[in-house]
Amino acid sequence: MLIKRPADIRESEITPEGLYLDRRKFIGTSGQAVIAAAGASLLGACDASAETQQKEELTPLEDVIGYNNFYEFGTGKDDPAKNAKNFRVRPWTVVVDGHVAKPATYNLEDLVRPMKIEERVYRMRCVEAWSMVIPWQGFALRDLINRVRPTSRAKYVSFTTLNDPQRMPGLRYPVLDWPYREGLRMDEAMHPLTILSTGLYGKSLLGQNGAPIRLVVPWKYGFKGIKSIVRISFVETQPQTSWNKSAPNEYGFYANVNPEVDHPRWSQARERRIGEWLRRPTLPYNGYADQVAGLYRGMDLRRNF
Amino acid sequence: MSVRGSAEVRESESARGNHSRTLGLSHLRTLLFVICLLPLANLIFDGFTGGLEAEPVKDITHRTGWWALTLLLLTLAITPIRKLSGWNHVIKLRKTLGLFAFFYASIHLLIYFGLDQAFSFAYIGEDIIKRPYITVGFTALLLLVPLALTSNLKAIRRLGKRWQKLHRLIYLCAALGVLHFYWLVKADVREPLFFAAALAILLAFRLPLLQRKSAPTRAPRPARAGPLEKPQ
Repeated sequence: MLIKRPADIRESEITPEGLYLDRRKFIGTSGQAVIAAAGASLLGACDASAETQQKEELTPLEDVIGYNNFYEFGTGKDDPAKNAKNFRVRPWTVVVDGHVAKPATYNLEDLVRPMKIEERVYRMRCVEAWSMVIPWQGFALRDLINRVRPTSRAKYVSFTTLNDPQRMPGLRYPVLDWPYREGLRMDEAMHPLTILSTGLYGKSLLGQNGAPIRLVVPWKYGFKGIKSIVRISFVETQPQTSWNKSAPNEYGFYANVNPEVDHPRWSQARERRIGEWLRRPTLPYNGYADQVAGLYRGMDLRRNF
Repeated sequence: MSVRGSAEVRESESARGNHSRTLGLSHLRTLLFVICLLPLANLIFDGFTGGLEAEPVKDITHRTGWWALTLLLLTLAITPIRKLSGWNHVIKLRKTLGLFAFFYASIHLLIYFGLDQAFSFAYIGEDIIKRPYITVGFTALLLLVPLALTSNLKAIRRLGKRWQKLHRLIYLCAALGVLHFYWLVKADVREPLFFAAALAILLAFRLPLLQRKSAPTRAPRPARAGPLEKPQ
């Protein structure tokens, strides 16, 4: 039996589309523009707007960079921080291929330099029923997609993580079918909430968080946010994704946060926000239903979990 | 439970009285008692010094569960150790290990009840019914209760032969415990498989085939020994 409570926070309150920081400071660090974190003012605005809503504070940096699932660096929660300490991210190339007008292999700097870096404070809901609030820096994936101009045959975007056991010791064990792969439907990839992130808390991403570039899709479970991306392919059919391949009955392709559809082995109705003792209710689409529910209109969410 | 456990240890020692000429053994048991408290001490220390993971409830749950299972397997290791080494007194450490397994399993369950499910019967009931890994884990702990309750000398005497039969439940508890662990991990099953392998080896020692092989070490055992002296 589910005990449902009405959503006590409006989806748009934490990171509405278009709530871009007005005090953008671009810091040129080796070609990468990074915005100084101004999460405090963002939260201030959010706190003032409602007294009844549950508090949504930024998760402390030490937890964001110390408690990670990144199996390429080990399966323990503290393994990634330990094993990614000396992770080299330069040089880094990203292959963009498939059904695009301009397939190319980009140096990361060339890929990122023209993009408009923004701060986005997003909830991050792990499929394991814990969550964080993270101030990301990054750019809308759609801006990149528009740059490389996919053809009409491109229906999905497929992403691949680096597969280098020398630099990622976790790859020596076949816990998953390496390399890690993820994918989005084209309309999901084009959604303005979907970003490619290059930093958090005002600093370049650390290895454990998916340096140097990763996907963030805030209404989906965290495993969709593929890290350390080396390939972005535009494909015609739904791409194979790692967790889905590993356990298709447990991890779907869509993986939208949904308190109504449980993981076969545990409930998704509630989550533990890192830093809190008791669980809080999980919101449909992780609190972003206003913006994204329309993408799935008419779909059976129990089947397309 | 730990306090009661220690009382029972002392009680059974005095019950055996003077003919226990192994002063070293009671020291060993006290030492084991202290060692078994170390994981708890470590947990409390970490709790006060920020040494727990970012999700402390999960960390505490996992750690106490890990120790419950480890101590359960160590309990099962006593009989093989005794057979292989011929050191018969080692059997007297078994109760301490078994009770501590129950002790850590109880903390494990209480943390789950309170901090994970906020003592909500609706949540807990749903979990036990719907989630197989919770079902088997909960069952394992329930089955440990009669074993813990009958671990004292009085119960051993009163139950006689039935005591041994009852306490064979520990095989089932351990198997369910390992299954519980295996079912809850996401993809990296190396550690639960290690526990499963250890359990398989320990259970293999109970097979009649191996029992016969180890007959020579069993022979000197007095035929009318109390249940405590019998191999599991």
